[in-house]
Formats: sequence, structure tokens, C-alpha cells
Amino acid sequence: MAIDMTQFYQVFFDEADEHLAQMESLLVALDLTAPDMEDVNAIFRAAHSIKGSSGTFGFDDMMEITHVMETLLDKVRKGELALDTERVDACLRAGDVLRTLLGAHRGGQAADPAAAALIRDRLNALCAGEGAPAAASATPLVAPPAVSAPASPDDAEMRSLEVRFVPEPHVAGQRELMSNMLEELARLGSVEVLEEPPPDAQYGQWRLAMCTRLSEADLRGVIDFMAEPRSVVILARSDAAAAPPASATAEAAYGFFAPRPAAAEAEVEVEAVDEEAAFGFFAPLPAVAPPAVPAEPADAASAPAKVKADSSIRVSVEKVDQLINMVGELVITQSMLQQSASQINPVLFESLMSSLVQLERNTRDLQESVMSIRMMPISAVFSRFPRVVRDLSQKLGKQVELKTRGETTELDRGLIERVADPLTHLVRNSLDHGIESPEARRAAGKAESGTITLAAAHKGGSVVIEVSDDGAGLDRARILATARERGIVAPDSLSDAEVWALIFDAGFSTAKEVTEVSGRGVGMDVVKKNIAAMGGRVEIESMLGVGTRITVRLPLTLAILDGMSVRVGGETYILPLNYVVESLQVTRDMVHSISGADRLIRLRGEFISVVPLGTRFGVAQAQTDWCAGIMVVVEADGLKAALFVDELGGQHQVVIKSLQANFRRVDGVSGATIMGDGQVAMILDAPSLVSGARRRLQSVA
Amino acid sequence: MVKTILAVDDSPSIRQMVSFTLNSVGYEVVEAVDGVDALRVAKAQTFGLVLTDQNMPRMDGLGLIRALRCAPAYRDVPILMLTTESSEQMKSAGRAAGATGWLVKPFDPQKLIEVVRKVIG
Repeated sequence: MAIDMTQFYQVFFDEADEHLAQMESLLVALDLTAPDMEDVNAIFRAAHSIKGSSGTFGFDDMMEITHVMETLLDKVRKGELALDTERVDACLRAGDVLRTLLGAHRGGQAADPAAAALIRDRLNALCAGEGAPAAASATPLVAPPAVSAPASPDDAEMRSLEVRFVPEPHVAGQRELMSNMLEELARLGSVEVLEEPPPDAQYGQWRLAMCTRLSEADLRGVIDFMAEPRSVVILARSDAAAAPPASATAEAAYGFFAPRPAAAEAEVEVEAVDEEAAFGFFAPLPAVAPPAVPAEPADAASAPAKVKADSSIRVSVEKVDQLINMVGELVITQSMLQQSASQINPVLFESLMSSLVQLERNTRDLQESVMSIRMMPISAVFSRFPRVVRDLSQKLGKQVELKTRGETTELDRGLIERVADPLTHLVRNSLDHGIESPEARRAAGKAESGTITLAAAHKGGSVVIEVSDDGAGLDRARILATARERGIVAPDSLSDAEVWALIFDAGFSTAKEVTEVSGRGVGMDVVKKNIAAMGGRVEIESMLGVGTRITVRLPLTLAILDGMSVRVGGETYILPLNYVVESLQVTRDMVHSISGADRLIRLRGEFISVVPLGTRFGVAQAQTDWCAGIMVVVEADGLKAALFVDELGGQHQVVIKSLQANFRRVDGVSGATIMGDGQVAMILDAPSLVSGARRRLQSVA
Repeated sequence: MVKTILAVDDSPSIRQMVSFTLNSVGYEVVEAVDGVDALRVAKAQTFGLVLTDQNMPRMDGLGLIRALRCAPAYRDVPILMLTTESSEQMKSAGRAAGATGWLVKPFDPQKLIEVVRKVIG
């Protein structure tokens, strides 16, 4: 029976992705003057894991690269090679190549062997130890893990603990077992025996001082294995600060151990080796393997087995989307029921009514938890920036420190993927145009090293991401001058915010020289367009000489929208709430005409163009008298327009349904939803309605 | 009686492959992500065979084997190391720790079945 390996590929791809990302972030964060061995180990393990699984699944190209990487890192681990910029660069490059190979395998294509061979040779050359051995860095290499080690996924703070326990009788009687156990514990950190029962005692308490990164629960799990249940006590040591450094203790602690007896199995020197030596046994196997287990069937049956062996599962995005879609339908069905129920007598059908209330609550909870499945921490995007900043600042000869805040802020997975490119663009822009050269910074009385800060936070119903720098800031005069050069109407009376908004114009660039890095400023308009397509907004704040802050606001999720329903003739439309500024009923004297037709309203001195939705969408029986209906003022991209509707409905949370699957794109409509009464309502695309209104106004004016 | 196997590996894809392969020929498999996790699982249930990777975070394969060999229930349970390193050094370390045998990674699922059958029938 052959086993189809392709079924395991997806898990391997995800896993390799994770390892590559971890490897990269650790490599970038590595302090070359005193590399933290824990980090080097973690990088080694990541390479090793990829090697193991890529080999198993037949991706030999990836295995070969990780094999060389592993050899290199192993030498670094052992202090035989120094980790210099060149080697870190090569490892980073290898990570890139691996990612490309992974992408090729994922897409089922053949990978380019040339790039793989190139990086393999480069790593091999570096491995061969050109360059001095790590004499200079030998001391830091063997130093105990720094207390201020940067947080990597699997290393927590080193903590000092006191552990007390009573071994199970069979263990207590055999000192060699105890020393085995102590040795094991020493591997998890360091161990010092504070108190042990007299050698002949069958029963007694041990007291150990340990330094470990293991969580208390995990440590307990290890000790529980050999100790009397409930005898294990783990305390934080009050004298933690006074505790001697980890490695020193470990060394001393080893002195305690009785010489390790040869393992019982070693006495049998027979080795059954498979012909290809791919596997082997240290002792001859019993002819028929006896049930070596003192089996307790009852126990096994009720085994609380798999105690959190794996606390997460991998599910394809399509399945989650399907689930979300179905919950969306459920929400609609529920509101239909509610609508129908509003017409029956609540006293006669009391129990039905209370069940409906219950249903509403459950539906809402279900919807919330299903939506949360799609949520991912923004660190998924932020984690790529240390690398971007490192590479770019090297290329530009600038010194930049990247700070991130709020990495745990969650947002919809779909948004995470789409926000990555615009953010990368903003960060590159900050680095290229914002942060000055070290000389210029010194001349301006600033620190030579600039700072770029990425911050994310939930504010209200949206996620706010800020990219700020302490660079030169935007130059108002230069932006105005360039805008005029490009033929953009830019009077001096423009407010700062309006001037900054000019850089979002297509083809706009204020950099004196076109740089390879952020190009000609094409991009800022694309950034804005991409973010607007996600239902988000971009804002700029800047002060000359002090810095620039660009704020990106995004909705929490793409699947549900807070909207206001408006009625036009017999139709209902949904207007996304975040565009609505105000709504009002106008009087005759507020209405102004251009070329003989009513086009504008004047509101508090401001002229606002009007979009009569009835005319716009060709709805019969729509209200035409502006003074009889309602004006809803919306703002998008810094422009306002008033949508003229018959009446306002109310606020709703609506599930967005795409129209694109069945219809071509309709200008002014971004999607559709199903209302509680089963009626289909179009969701209005406010930005396109607003810009359309402006265009029409310009064409008649 | 169906033998239950404990498969310890920090790589989800290898775990999935091992589980699937052994499930397909009728073994039950419980997974653990590293030595520490494996000890927790091994405390709750005794297995007929332990398959462990060597290189894992927190507690590695050799450490796990030594810890398991401390418990009487695991004195005689066969333990196989699945390892990418097949050096003599690694083998003698495995033997000293109390491993029953080794299987070199990368391995073919058929080979895994063959070896497991040799050990526990």
C-alpha cells in the first residue's frame, strides 16, 4: 500500500513558512557583538526542522540548503565560527531562496535550481571557515543567555524557582534514577540541590533551586512524572536576584551527581542493523514483543490522553469563509424571524418570543466567535519590517531604529494580507524621504539614528495603524511648488492637511532625485487607492524638521458593515456609516443652481454638490422635491457630497454580499445585502458617488 | 489489543505523516510536540511504543528517553529515535540514554511501518 505524500504538503508549507519567518526575525534581531546562544539555537532548530520535513516530503532542494545552513549554524553554536554580517546576510538570503522554492512547490511548479545552487555554494564557502574562528566572540558565545534576551516564540524569561517534591517510592529507592532525573532537570535550565533525604531513606522530600525558562505548568508536568502526586510545590525564589548566574550553578550542580551507571541496555552489545543502516536496534528484539506495558485497560479507556497535545488546528481559509458565509445567512434568517414575530401578539406567544430573544443572543455570539476565527494579530505584517528596514537602511547609508507597538492588535485575515503592501510602501517612504542622512541629522541637532515607529490599536470600530518617523517632515513650500509644476491647482490658501493630501496625487514626487527605493512617488496614490478599497482612510500629519505621521484607519472586518438604510422610491440602500457626516432637511433658500438646474446646497457657508439617488439609479416614484426629502451629507477622500433620499431607515449591521460573482461592476454600488424582511438592498459606494458628483459639477460649470 | 504509539516531534507535518501512516495500518497514535509535552501525555497513559525526534525545543529526544526510563512503566517500553543524525556519536548517545533503536530521517512511510512492525508486531 502506497501512501500519498501530497496530502501532507499543506501542513508542511505552513510549517516551513512559520519557521522561515521565525528564522528571519531572529536573524535580523541578532546582536552580532554578543549573539544570544538561545537565539542561535532557535535559528538552528528552525533550519533543522525545515531540513527534516522537507527531506521527508521529497523537497530535496530545500533540504540541501537547510543542511548547509544547519552545518554553518552548528559551527557557530560550538564557537568554531564567528557570526558576522556576511554570514547573517547569507542566512537571510538563504531564507529568501527557501521561500521562493517553497512558493514554487506550493504552486506545483519546478523551482529554479540556479539560485538554490548559488546560495548553497555561498553558505558552503562561509561554512568552510574562511575568516577567523570565533576567538573574539568566544566569551559572549558561552555566556549564559542574556536576561534581556529579545522575546522569541519559545523563550520566556529565565526565572528562579524553588521546587519541592517527594519522589514516588520506586524512584526514591534508586538513587541512579534520581540522578537521571536531576540531570534532565539541569538540561531545562540549571539545578542546585538544596536539600535531599538521607541516602538510605525510602521516602523524603527534595528541595531544588532551579533557573528555567519553562513555565510553571510545564515544569510541574516534568516533575509530576516521577513525583508523588500533590507533593510538588513550585515557588518563585525571593532571592532570585541574588542567585548566581545560570551556567555557573549548572556546572556546580553537576558535581553532585553520582557517576552515571551504564544503561542496562548497553550491556547487550548486539546491534541489529538494517542492511542500509537506515534504522537499527541496540538490542535484539524479543521474538514476539511481549506486552511490556503493565496495561490498565480501564485507565487507558478513560485516559484523559492527549492533554492539550496541540492546542491549535489548521483549517483551510475556504472552510472558515464558508462558515462565516453560513453564519451570515443565519443572521439574516434570524432577523427575518424577528420581523415576522413583530406582528404577532407577544402575550399569546410568550414562550415563542422568549425563544426568539434567546436565538438573537446566540446568533450574535456565534457571529462574534466565528468572526474572531478570521482575526490575526497584526504582528503577522509587522514582523516583515525589521528585515525591510535593515536592508534599506544599509543600502541608503542611514541609521534607523524600528519600533513597533500594539503588535497583538487583531484584524481580519483578509485585511492583513492586503494591508501589507501599502504599509511596506509607507515604511520605505519614511526611510527614503523622511529619515535624513546621519550627517544631516547631526547638523540639525538630532541623534544620528532616526526612528520609525509602527503602531497599531483598536479605536472604536476600526483598527488604526500609524507609521511615524522623526525625520525631516514634509516641506509645504516644496510640495506646493511641485504641484504647480505638474499643473495641479494649488493656491497658497490651502490648509496644511490639504497640502499633504497633494502627495496622494498620481505621479507626484518631491524627492529631489528619483531613487531606486521609493521610485517617483507613484505609489502614494496606489497606497491610498488600496486602503480606500479596503474601506479605510489615510491621514497625514507632519511638521517640518520634526517628523511625519501617517495614519491608516481600517474597518475591523470586511464581511460585516455598519450601515444606515435609506429609502428611495420603493428601494432601500445601505450607506456605510463611517462616511456619513450628518443628515438634514433643506429649505428652499439653501438650494443653489448652476446652468439653470439645481446642483448644490449651501450649508453653513459651504457649497456641497447634491447627488439625487433616485435620478442617479433611475428609481421610479422617487421624491424629486429637495425640500421634501432628506439630504445625507457624506465625506470621502476629503470631499463632501449630499445624497438626496426620500427618507432615512435606521442603522443596521449588514452582511456584505459580493455582486461581482453574478453582475459586472456597477459604479456607485459596492455590494449588496439582504435585509431582515428578505429584501435585497444595494450597498452604496460613497467615494465613487462623491467623486462622480464632483466630476459632473466640473463638467457643467 | 491495538497498541497505542506516542509520536513526539515538533514538526506538525512529520507528526501528521507519522500518525496517518501508522493509523492506516491500524495503530493508534497520540501526538506530542516536544519532550516536556510527551512526559505530560506519558503520565496519563502508558504507550506500547514511543517514537521521538531528537532535536526539539524545551526537551530533546535523548532527554525524553532518559526521563521515560526513570519510570517503571516505561522501563521496557520500546523507544525509537527518528533522527536526521546517524553518526556513531548520536547512536551511542541514544543507546546510553536507553533508546531501543533508531530510524534515520528522512524516511519513507513504508519503512516506518516496517520498523514499527518489527518492534511491536
